[in-house]
Amino acid sequence: MANISKRNRRREREIRNAAKNRREIIAARLNRRDMIKAGLLTGAGYLIQKNGLSARAQFSGGGSFGSDCDRRWWDGSGGNGTPVSPPTTPFVEPLPIPPIAQSVASLSPAPTVNPNTAAGEARTRPHQALTTLPPQKFYEVHEREALISMHPELPLQRLWTFNGTVPGQTYVARYGEPILVRNFNDLPANNGGFGLQSVSTHLHNGHTPSESDGFPCDFFGVGKWYDQHYPNVLAGFASSHPPNGDINESMSTLWYHDHRVDFTSQNVYKGLAGFYLLFNQFDTGDETTGFRLPSFPQFDIPMMFNDKNFDPDDGLLAFDLANRDGILGDKFLVNGKIQPFFEVKRRRYRFRWLNGGPSRFYRMYLTKSDLTNHPFWIISNDGNLLKNPVQTTSGLMIAVAERMDVIVDFSSFAAGSIIHLENRLEQCDGAGPTTNILPAGQGNKVLQFRVVSDPVTDNSVNPATNPTFYQVPTRVTERIQRCFKFDRNNGQWVINDKLFDCNEVRFRVKRNTAEIWNLEGGFDWSHPIHIHFEEHQVLSRNRNTPTLIERGRKDVIRLGENDDVSIYFRFRDFTGRYPMHCHNIIHEDHAMMLRFDIDDVGNNNESNCDSHR
Amino acid sequence: MSKINRRKMLAGLAVAPLATVVTSRAGSLFDRSWATKSSREKLQARYFPNFELTTHEGKKVHFYDDLIKDKIVVINFMYAQCEGICVPVTQNLKRVQNLLGKRVGRDIFMYSITLKPDEDTPEKLKHYVQMHKLKPGWTFLTGKSDEIALLRKKLGFSDAKAKLDKDVTNHIGMIRYGNEAHQWWAMCPGQANPPWIVESILWMDPKADDVHSHKRQS
Repeated sequence: MANISKRNRRREREIRNAAKNRREIIAARLNRRDMIKAGLLTGAGYLIQKNGLSARAQFSGGGSFGSDCDRRWWDGSGGNGTPVSPPTTPFVEPLPIPPIAQSVASLSPAPTVNPNTAAGEARTRPHQALTTLPPQKFYEVHEREALISMHPELPLQRLWTFNGTVPGQTYVARYGEPILVRNFNDLPANNGGFGLQSVSTHLHNGHTPSESDGFPCDFFGVGKWYDQHYPNVLAGFASSHPPNGDINESMSTLWYHDHRVDFTSQNVYKGLAGFYLLFNQFDTGDETTGFRLPSFPQFDIPMMFNDKNFDPDDGLLAFDLANRDGILGDKFLVNGKIQPFFEVKRRRYRFRWLNGGPSRFYRMYLTKSDLTNHPFWIISNDGNLLKNPVQTTSGLMIAVAERMDVIVDFSSFAAGSIIHLENRLEQCDGAGPTTNILPAGQGNKVLQFRVVSDPVTDNSVNPATNPTFYQVPTRVTERIQRCFKFDRNNGQWVINDKLFDCNEVRFRVKRNTAEIWNLEGGFDWSHPIHIHFEEHQVLSRNRNTPTLIERGRKDVIRLGENDDVSIYFRFRDFTGRYPMHCHNIIHEDHAMMLRFDIDDVGNNNESNCDSHR
Repeated sequence: MSKINRRKMLAGLAVAPLATVVTSRAGSLFDRSWATKSSREKLQARYFPNFELTTHEGKKVHFYDDLIKDKIVVINFMYAQCEGICVPVTQNLKRVQNLLGKRVGRDIFMYSITLKPDEDTPEKLKHYVQMHKLKPGWTFLTGKSDEIALLRKKLGFSDAKAKLDKDVTNHIGMIRYGNEAHQWWAMCPGQANPPWIVESILWMDPKADDVHSHKRQS
């Protein structure tokens, strides 16, 4: 009996694989010569058995989806279908580095505390800190359409950009130097099939007053503008640690992206995201000073990862409007290019890895040409430097919106060496990754490192010497504990059985107090949960001490199936509205979100934790 | 590349020659006929089949031509005998209809499509409308069961988990709202607060003053 059923299962799998192979071959548009070359077709014209080799992977370099993933063909049956993108040759273009944002001498009209409605400003609330932390630099950014190449073999894409590039320009900011960004909505009338010409730009995860935070419902339409004041100030500056704040709350790698309620995934998928880097007297951007981290910008490189789909028939960026679970792309982009290469010198680099979504979880490895792993150091989680570097030889997981700064040392490689940045985490649908780690070389190669022979000096700190960065901020007694259960009810996301409404304040946090939140995941789904405004400390995960990497400050918490995570916050300095939401931006757009407000009174809503135990 | 070509390729791969593959591969990399389609036409092809449906008043209508094209629409799925989520969602949408007032049926159209077309005849749906005292402008629809099943998938009302998807009592309680001409499409929970649902629907109106700026402050 057992044998028969095993055989049946094998047969079933063979049938499934054969169907999958056919789809892939069609999708890859191989001709007879291509197929013979790839070893898929014998000279006599028969399809050979194709075990574990993905034709699409071969020709797109996109990698296999793993044996258990049955990738659905976008056959016009709609709903949760995904197109199989056209083939693209991997590693033909260098990694683009987003340009650094340039400030302007002044803005006209000059920024005002109260919204300048008469002049077209869409802000609805006064600035909290414009006069106390006056901006020293001003930026003007136009959200507009631009024609962008994501791969030379695909047509130019009509993307939505911040000042014409994808990712948008990188802001290089410093603590103690507040800035103001005037954001214009110049998006075109025709959205090209997805996206809403209405925006709210969130700085993830600045210590930013609510009116400048990019709350999902502070959106504004075409022709209007919005001043966002980023104080670049440490948490505690106006409360526990006056006047400059707690140095141990320093952040480094932030990013900004559109956050328009219900349309975030479409607008961000269309290009509206970029980096915002914060330096200070320790994290200086100069490897001869402070913590001596690799110098910016030569050896300190931001990398935004996205997975996307392209229409197989015209090569244009495709977004499945019917998908409610999470969109998985079969093309892997770094800084807006499909599978670029990056030339590195024989020394240490700081890479700022960001999973820009929309939905996929990654586990990144550095795969050498002999298919062994090159170890690297994790120095920062969600833009917050850890106490000490942590080395990994077994990859690094990154959920959507998480940022991981790593130090990679290429000095042991000979010139001409090739190393691939490879995602080996199998994920078949938007519900979350499987537990399968694919074998080296069979994952998604997102980027190729090419070691060049140029002579180079390296004054950066060696992570193996165990340098200390920041301490984990001191805890104070919390005022309250709140509990949140994330679940799903007839396809509707609920948090403590309630649905999202921008106008409903679910609970109020008393300013300058600490709280503990317990987040509980539901059945069958994984969610990266993001809470705006304050970094939190992970106290426990499933009643265990968190890993070294999670034992710092974070702003995205991975909530796997039935996970139970306890986190600590201190909400300081500013008041106003902020959201907590799932950063699988497809879930987010289907209302997996709540609003909380910080004020000087607070309340005890959502603190009935008994029902969760 | 047309569907016929794909099928030909499939046939070509199943046997030896592959001649069709080579010929269809010749020429430009991307199919010109599809490439000349506008994004709006592509959305229509992907999501809005022009199936013939029957309204609760017995009128024959075509899904794309008569119900979707050039309109602001609100769509959900239900069935008359549903004792679970349909009742609160219908009550919710009734409040939505009242809040939207005379615009429903004029420039905003509400559609509820049955999940049980074999059971929910136009008469049954009419009875449902009368029982819930629903006003004109909100149309209940039935049709051929295979077409309704496909429509449900295309509009994003299927569950990714096959087991859950088969359980009709667990059907998706979201509502889709959109503006076909502007290619704006999104969803919100059917059990959300009615004023919030109304606010979401009104984002689909490009003429409204507060469409794209959040005005209700609290």
